[in-house]
Amino acid sequence: MVDAALQAPSAAVARRRGGFRRFMQRRSTIAFLMALPLILLIALLVIYPAFYSLHLATLNKSMERFVGLGNFAFLFKRETFWMVVQQSCIFAITAVIFKALIGFIVAHFVHNIPSKGQRKWRGMLLVPWVIPPAMSCLAWLWLFDPSYSAFNWLLALVGVDPVSWTGEPNWARASVILVNVWIGAPFFMIMYLAALKSVPEQLYEAAAIDGANWWQRMWYVTLPMMRNIMAITALFSLIVTFANFDIVRILTAGGPIDRTHVFATWAFWVGIQGNDIPLGASVSLFMVPILTVAAVFILRDINRRAGEMS
Amino acid sequence: MAQVSLRKVVKRFDDTEAVRGIDLDIADKEFVVLVGPSGCGKSTTLRMIAGLEEISAGEIAVDGEVVNDVPPKDRDMAMVFQNYALYPHMTVYENMSFGLRLKHYPKDEIARRVQEAARILDITELLERKPRQLSGGQRQRVAMGRAIVRNPKVFLFDEPLSNLDAKLRVQMRTEIKRVHQKVRTTTVYVTHDQIEAMTLADRVVVMNRGKIEQIGAPNDLYHAPATRFVAGFIGSPAMNLLPCRLEQTGDALRVRLSDDIVLPVPPSRVGRYRGYAGRDGLTFGLRPEHLTECKPNGDAQLGYVDAVLEVTEPMGMETLVFFRVNGLDVCARVSPNAGAREGAPMRLAASLDNMHLIDDATGRVI
Amino acid sequence: MTAASLTTPATSARARKYGSMSRDRRWALRWSYVFLTLFAIFFLMPPVYMLITSLKTSAEISAATNPWWVQNPTLSNYTELLTSRMYLTFFLNSALVSVIVVTITMLISIPAAFALSRMRFWGSATLATGVFLTYLIPETLLFIPLFKMFALVNEHLGIQLINRWWVLLLLYPTLTVPFCTWIMIGYFASIPKELDEAALMDGANYRQILTRVFIPVALPGLIAATIFAFTVSWAQFLYPLAFTTSADQLVLPVGIITTLTKGDVFNWGQIMTGALLGAAPPLIIYAFLMDYYIAGLTAGATKG
Repeated sequence: MVDAALQAPSAAVARRRGGFRRFMQRRSTIAFLMALPLILLIALLVIYPAFYSLHLATLNKSMERFVGLGNFAFLFKRETFWMVVQQSCIFAITAVIFKALIGFIVAHFVHNIPSKGQRKWRGMLLVPWVIPPAMSCLAWLWLFDPSYSAFNWLLALVGVDPVSWTGEPNWARASVILVNVWIGAPFFMIMYLAALKSVPEQLYEAAAIDGANWWQRMWYVTLPMMRNIMAITALFSLIVTFANFDIVRILTAGGPIDRTHVFATWAFWVGIQGNDIPLGASVSLFMVPILTVAAVFILRDINRRAGEMS
Repeated sequence: MAQVSLRKVVKRFDDTEAVRGIDLDIADKEFVVLVGPSGCGKSTTLRMIAGLEEISAGEIAVDGEVVNDVPPKDRDMAMVFQNYALYPHMTVYENMSFGLRLKHYPKDEIARRVQEAARILDITELLERKPRQLSGGQRQRVAMGRAIVRNPKVFLFDEPLSNLDAKLRVQMRTEIKRVHQKVRTTTVYVTHDQIEAMTLADRVVVMNRGKIEQIGAPNDLYHAPATRFVAGFIGSPAMNLLPCRLEQTGDALRVRLSDDIVLPVPPSRVGRYRGYAGRDGLTFGLRPEHLTECKPNGDAQLGYVDAVLEVTEPMGMETLVFFRVNGLDVCARVSPNAGAREGAPMRLAASLDNMHLIDDATGRVI
Repeated sequence: MTAASLTTPATSARARKYGSMSRDRRWALRWSYVFLTLFAIFFLMPPVYMLITSLKTSAEISAATNPWWVQNPTLSNYTELLTSRMYLTFFLNSALVSVIVVTITMLISIPAAFALSRMRFWGSATLATGVFLTYLIPETLLFIPLFKMFALVNEHLGIQLINRWWVLLLLYPTLTVPFCTWIMIGYFASIPKELDEAALMDGANYRQILTRVFIPVALPGLIAATIFAFTVSWAQFLYPLAFTTSADQLVLPVGIITTLTKGDVFNWGQIMTGALLGAAPPLIIYAFLMDYYIAGLTAGATKG
């Protein structure tokens, strides 16, 4: 009797313990299963292709022979390639700087007006970002049209000669940057507005009482508090702008005389339209080191600042 | 020299008046506390003095000059906020020296002042830390240090102790008083805690619903409140306020609190109160410490109340007892060995030299 | 101190130097509105121009009258496009792809976000940052190897992956899932853990916690993620350009560009109409759900 009574509890305990362990395992396997589609998607369609492109870049044009770094050697000797590198970098950096500046200025103005009106203005100012870039590029293409440009029409009103917006190399570069800034500045504005709102009003009051005028308040309070968001936004935008395809493709198709080609459009031209996949892959790959350097720099800065703010 | 004057100051927000006409003179080096319940307008008044709120009507003058249109950064005042408002990305040293750095003071002058202030506030070893590494009390001291370093005309405190726990609050209260003794700057201090007001102030300004109820030294407010609001607000536990009738019998006056409780009015007060005899709408006020257990050698100015105690709260050095008169709670303070027991009757002696009579119609103490 | 002594001549002189604080504030507000209007004109000018042009006949366009004003407005462009089978095919393809991709995205992102934000399993932290980092690998890097990969699958397995619109169903999620997962992780993480525990005590299993607690509470985040996924899918240009070539497989952005801009004579009236109609769905969603849109954008930054 006593033995049975003694045995029963321990058996029950053993059963409970075994069941508990199973439950723990089940929990993490469930979690893993839930994340599996995500993992598969990224592994198959992002990570694998990225490495595959490394492999492709080492093949010859018909993809039968292994040529090692032959494609890269070929690219390095082409003047167009270096032009593309230079154009991509200038394009990305200039565009991001302008987007950040305009976004910052507009965010401040929106922040200044009473909150009831802010929603309306925010709504209007975000429109460029909502419209599919391909569609708005068509509008800009029409605005820049050599014969019928509405801008040139306005310039003619004040007696200025028509500008060849997409025909002349330097103007073409400026136009591409302009359109990219037009599309991207609202994103910066929204991000910066959110960041501005997160700065406690009392800090500004304390600074005012301490004797700071408006630009001192901006320099000592606003900018330091916003540094994190500014860095993250700049990083995202740099990467997205650097890899931009739509705008150049639609507006100038890389021309005139390849003066507006960026990595993405030139890779498309060479790889798909020129039927040389390995070469196209090599061009695309060249973005990676530049992007990684930029990412490392900015992430390091973010981590440092994140430690300070809490 | 920093004398602050407010003349008929009004603050309107949309259609409500938060501050409805304030007249106040603060002398140089004086520590004035604005105290009152939430929404009484004390913080708004402080912020108008600072320049953080625009003045709807009236004038604020510092040392005789009207400062209505002077922006906060030019008023030479320092403020300690309820949430400290320390710059999170600056060290303690940089926080404290911010105002001086803006005005391009020489580096050694800045260092000297910061070290001096840090010494007064006992935060010298914290100078290289960032605000997020500090406790609440330390942050509060840094906020005060930031104010002291600037050596301004006026210190403004906006409920600085509200975010601290009770024990820390008591400590910081003493700190603030000590600092004021060392650095004799005109101070305007806002709080909703009347104990802070009483312990810190040279003069207390009691505010209610946008107006000033009474201005006076803490003791004056305690012993001679001018209005019902002040009488009930100052003092903890609060003064007992009971509706009463004033009965005249011959030359003497009596206060009737209920069918069973009648208290004699001291002869010194009879003249003052006579005109109100037989009238309705009077309130009797007596502080709990003036209602206590009967002592063997009682003197003449005593009235007696027979109470059945409902609740007793032993506080150690005294016991608070609660009972009801006509449905209203009354509090009395008795000695811990007076034998107070819940549910038991007890005879309490009221020292009526300290009574107050309030005219309900005007709210003023007679 | 009497009232009279407060306003001596010296004080009035000093006061004049500062001016009125409220007047300064009003001027600052006026300048804000001026600049905001200027920027609004800059930002809204192209879409407005699209609208104006879409109402013009070809004749009026080539007559080169004032481009900013319509002399004889006409809806002929609209009627032509909306009755053109080709255009409607583009529209339908886009709509189909976008809606399906949104569904796929949500089906992948929500469970993944739930798992990553709530359940600890081996590698969950690295996976969460990994998700964030994959967003930094641009599509312009991947489209070439993917092209080759799909061509290989075509050769060896006979599954037609090039030039079919449903290829995009595989590709678009790579663009939408990472960011949507990231948004959802942020929203899920902000739900207090006590809510899970209360549900567990009430006897719910994990699936029930997800469907009955998390999804309702994180609904704003869900809506924001859905809007984002839809907008990105609708606006895609590179992938469809690379992977679909026959006219009946094209989605809207590629369709308009390639067919309407064929040859030397561009019918700008129709192009602008096509572009405007193509921009309409995201704009309409934006007009109605603007707050969710903006919340989704900023959620990533402020919570991350």
